[in-house]
Amino acid sequence: MVLIRRFEERAAELRSLGYIPGFLHPYIGQEAVAVGACAALGPHDYITSTHRGHGHILARGGDPRYMYAELFARRDGYNRAKGGSLHIANIELGIIGANGIVGGGIPIAVGAGLALKQARQIAVHHPDDPRARRADGVAVTFFGDGASNQGAFHESLNLAALWRLPVIFICENNLYGEFTPQHKHQTIRDIATRASSYAIPGLIADGNDVLDVYRVVSKAAEDARKGRGPTLVECKTYRHRGHYEGDMGQYRPAEEVAFWLEADPIKNYRRLLLAGAICTEDELRALDQAVEQELEEAVAFAKASPPPAPEEALEDVFVESYGGRALL
Amino acid sequence: MTATPKAEKERRLTYAQAIREALVEEMERDPSLLLLGEDIGEPGGVFGVTQGLLQRFGAERVLDTPISEEAVIGTALGAALLGVPTVAEIMFSDFATLAMDQIVNQAAKFRYMTGGRTSAPFVIRMVTGTAGATAAQHSQSLEAWFTATPGLKVVTASTPADAKGLLKSAIRDPDPVLFFEHKLLYNSRGAVPAGVDSLIPLGEGRVAREGSDVTLVAYLYMLPRALKAAEALAGEGISVEVWDPCTLVPFDRAGLRRSLEKTGRLVIVQEAPRRNGFCAEIAAIAAEEFFPLLKAPIKRVCGTNTPMPYAPELEQFVIPDEERIAAGVREVMRNAVRSASGS
Repeated sequence: MVLIRRFEERAAELRSLGYIPGFLHPYIGQEAVAVGACAALGPHDYITSTHRGHGHILARGGDPRYMYAELFARRDGYNRAKGGSLHIANIELGIIGANGIVGGGIPIAVGAGLALKQARQIAVHHPDDPRARRADGVAVTFFGDGASNQGAFHESLNLAALWRLPVIFICENNLYGEFTPQHKHQTIRDIATRASSYAIPGLIADGNDVLDVYRVVSKAAEDARKGRGPTLVECKTYRHRGHYEGDMGQYRPAEEVAFWLEADPIKNYRRLLLAGAICTEDELRALDQAVEQELEEAVAFAKASPPPAPEEALEDVFVESYGGRALL
Repeated sequence: MTATPKAEKERRLTYAQAIREALVEEMERDPSLLLLGEDIGEPGGVFGVTQGLLQRFGAERVLDTPISEEAVIGTALGAALLGVPTVAEIMFSDFATLAMDQIVNQAAKFRYMTGGRTSAPFVIRMVTGTAGATAAQHSQSLEAWFTATPGLKVVTASTPADAKGLLKSAIRDPDPVLFFEHKLLYNSRGAVPAGVDSLIPLGEGRVAREGSDVTLVAYLYMLPRALKAAEALAGEGISVEVWDPCTLVPFDRAGLRRSLEKTGRLVIVQEAPRRNGFCAEIAAIAAEEFFPLLKAPIKRVCGTNTPMPYAPELEQFVIPDEERIAAGVREVMRNAVRSASGS
């Protein structure tokens, strides 16, 4: 959580210094969701992420060096500077991609779930096939409260429920869809209730409590791995900053912001660790320093990475059979 | 060389049977290949193309879906990204509008946005064009929309043999391919090669009829109409070469050039509305790159810039018929600006 928090704070600074072009949608305040959920996942699981995706990618094992390089639009970025903040993906790490379209990743996760269900069949009939290794895999899709109003969300829940696919739908309800508060874009309070329309479990987690998110997502993952089908998990959390870097978030009442800043997931977890004598202050300080060191090196790596050559814009449209180049 | 029995070599199948045969052969070749679509299972698809496949391959591989185009295409994409090839069906290409995010924003860009580190090998079969009083929401020819989206390959199969060979290539292709099938062609018959490897490569056009005076470019349902027009014009002493691009992306520039080298005149036919249709792209390629070969202005014969009407009389007025195609060819013959010897 500390790595995600500091990664994002630094990204905001670096953007103000001109290192990062384009959009940044900070995840600050929601770290417990990504960390709690990804802690429940194994090596054969897959996630799709959102426009607010840095936290998911780091929690899933993304390397801050390649992430900063991508944000800096440099050649060593995860996507060779063709994706940027909104599109970081790495299939090897189980990251099917952040997404610039609200809800766009949800149906794709259903497809991953279908592939994982097929892997269960492959494991039975062809145990030597490398895809059989994914037989216990689950697909997790993160999305926001705003996306739960999209057709993609409803179509995907229906399909995954119908086919009992191993998919966990994680709604991070941070109370705002862009600039619009939840009560102005939907009549319900608990998005988890939408699960009942598809006869699947709808669970609510305290999205500012990393252990609670871990507990709830672990339950959903266990069900999915056992073939019991999908779960909708709603994590109640809050976005400390605006919708994107530069949005001051002035449409939010001051007392609301103050309440949620007090409920900060990192502060909470530190208190818990210290109260339970699980960690000492020194150990936590050492962790902070280790994060600073890692990010320092990541920024240096990104700064040293060269920008792409302009004509690389023509590459990667298609696979190599046509030279990967742009075609008519 | 072992002689192939003639019956094997020249079986006559319908276009629908040829597509089914391609699906069967590819599903047998690759046991992980899945089919997804609305009503493709027990009913065998609204046009009967997938009849019998559920019984043959089981419900684990022939996946009947709810009416959820966006989820269906996203599911096909997600499975493909994890190495499971899929063929998704959009019952009428008009309904692709409901899946545009997954086609245009997701599938088309996945490889590019990941810097070439991921590919999405899947096929979307789309049923396109008029079919007699199917009206404005079940008759459109939207292929140009997708050719305007980099990252998608676009196939237009006009004969049973092409349908089989091109679909097999599309399934084996490592990129997302949109495969357009015309409703009115499903019952057309033609010789179809047997054999699991009877592939037709994407990106190669085909001379459907040899000729020397005019190149007439046509695809999908306009191809048989163009061939009939060419027959009629032969009686008037005009020798028409009919050329089918087969795939719009990638487009066979060299093939078009070879034909224009022979004829020096170009007429392009499409069922879609004239404005911003793929005809315009072909005309622009010819004008930009092959202008010295041309002896006359290029002529487009297209659908009108209207939605598709319901009444059969109106529908037939809207899309080009043989007479309108022939008139286009005659006009180009009259409008020759340079004589064959003088250019």
